[in-house]
Amino acid sequence: MNLQTSITPATNKYNPPFAWDTWGVRFVALSYLMLLLIIPLLVILQDGLKEGPIELWRQVTLPMAWHALRLTLWTAAVMTVLNTVMGTLTAFVLVRYSFPGKTILNGIIDLPLAIPTLVTGVMLVILFGPQETLGAWLKEQFDFSVIFAPTGIILALLFITFPFVVRSVQPVLMELDRTQEHAAATLGAGGWTIFRRIILPPLTLPVITGALLSFARAIGEFGSIVIVAGNIPFVSQTAAVYVFGEVESENRLGASAVSIVMVAIAFSMLMFADYLRRRSKKGNS
Amino acid sequence: MSITSSSRAKTIQAQGFFSTWMDGNKRKLGKWTLITLVVSYVAFLILTPIIALAVGAFERGIGASLSSLNEPGVLRAFWNTLWISLIVVIIHTIFGTVVAWVFVRHRFPGRNLINGLVDMPFAVSPVVVGYMLLLLFGRNGMLAPMLEALGIRVAFAMPGIVMATLFVTLPFMIRELIPVLEAFDTRQEQAAATLGAGSWQTFWRVTFPALRWGMIYGVTLTFARALGEFGAVLVIGGGVQGHTETATLFIYRALDERQYIGAYSAALALGLFSLVLVLGSDWLRRRRR
Repeated sequence: MNLQTSITPATNKYNPPFAWDTWGVRFVALSYLMLLLIIPLLVILQDGLKEGPIELWRQVTLPMAWHALRLTLWTAAVMTVLNTVMGTLTAFVLVRYSFPGKTILNGIIDLPLAIPTLVTGVMLVILFGPQETLGAWLKEQFDFSVIFAPTGIILALLFITFPFVVRSVQPVLMELDRTQEHAAATLGAGGWTIFRRIILPPLTLPVITGALLSFARAIGEFGSIVIVAGNIPFVSQTAAVYVFGEVESENRLGASAVSIVMVAIAFSMLMFADYLRRRSKKGNS
Repeated sequence: MSITSSSRAKTIQAQGFFSTWMDGNKRKLGKWTLITLVVSYVAFLILTPIIALAVGAFERGIGASLSSLNEPGVLRAFWNTLWISLIVVIIHTIFGTVVAWVFVRHRFPGRNLINGLVDMPFAVSPVVVGYMLLLLFGRNGMLAPMLEALGIRVAFAMPGIVMATLFVTLPFMIRELIPVLEAFDTRQEQAAATLGAGSWQTFWRVTFPALRWGMIYGVTLTFARALGEFGAVLVIGGGVQGHTETATLFIYRALDERQYIGAYSAALALGLFSLVLVLGSDWLRRRRR
């Protein structure tokens, strides 16, 4: 998967030597995006704001909806912190060290991208479900349950978003000029100082971009969470599962209101990530 | 020659200093601690669940798993998933190429905003995607009167499922093709045009071959994502057994009905299928280099 998604600004003002009408191609492309992407997004905005912003706010702050949104946000935040630390470490180990099995490790990083999230949920239920050996043992020994609990949500999210930070940091780390580190070492800097002062600063942008992508992806996750955490209001019901319940019981106002909040969060995260990427590209050139 | 030897001398000197800030053993210890940490994290987080799925699916033996999959309802669900994904891949290959082309070659107002919006399906919840389509095409949807007059059913039918999958998989082909098109040297096209090639001929003979590998990768990613789509398809399709039930919806229903072997086997089959797809194209791509 390609995470470097922003497009470079116009460098060559070159017109392709095609006789076909530029406007025709542009029209096809834009109407395709309009039909498939923009109209559905606008419809949900229109539906949620139909009764006015006060009604929308009331729907969002209903106890069940509010709890679902808060649960979604804090599990996503915990996942993002863990994923950022482990993802950066993984990228560091993959770029800087050579050890047996490195190629295999590098291949495993991408597996979550290829596995349907519903299947991820099934995997975790098999591993930690109350009827299963490991799940039963954890419950008996520590009174600790993963399934139908926030822990399960965080685990599922960690699995799904693992590639994002790694694949965002790895290419930047590869291109780092190591002479700076050698120079710092020559001047007497210790390992930790070198890491903090020399290696970390250029990695800040890709780390933040990866973290934003993970967070945005986690806000909307449904397939794995509905399997792992079920649909227990005030315990393990996330925003996506809440919207699903409201759609099923035909509560259009509630479904639209929470959907809008989720779309708004996702949109601002992506726009911020896009802005950071464009800024870093400008800085490089 | 003299330059290389002097730079080599510098490297050796730097390495000499480098090893003084941490003596060799300590550095090795740090290295192996980090490697062990990362490898055990990946093993715990990613490998253990995958192995658990395989163990769970074959709990009653391979025969029981295979016979649980070899039932008309299950085969029908997998067949639905397969042809929906194929349609989606074909549509995205054609239109995704056009969109990537326009983004790379054209400049127009709003280009940056639309470029950002292309990533939205990646972050919008699948449930919300299904719900948006219900608002448009559902029983009380905005387009309901028109659809009724025309006698077309979109919600709780195949067209709705295809549209939901189209939305969810939108970014993959475009994001694979944009960097390839950006790296492509347009002088080749100019040369072809100079030699008298028409626009179609230039596209098929010059541009398309350069795009081919990006396209293959885009197709696999789109296909794998389409195979696994669940939330959007559940909301818009309703998972009517034997009709709009796809492979993922079957897994969900089987879990609900406590047919565990069937659910686990189907999950393993679906997971393996997309794994083979993605890893296969990855392997092809690496072998090409």
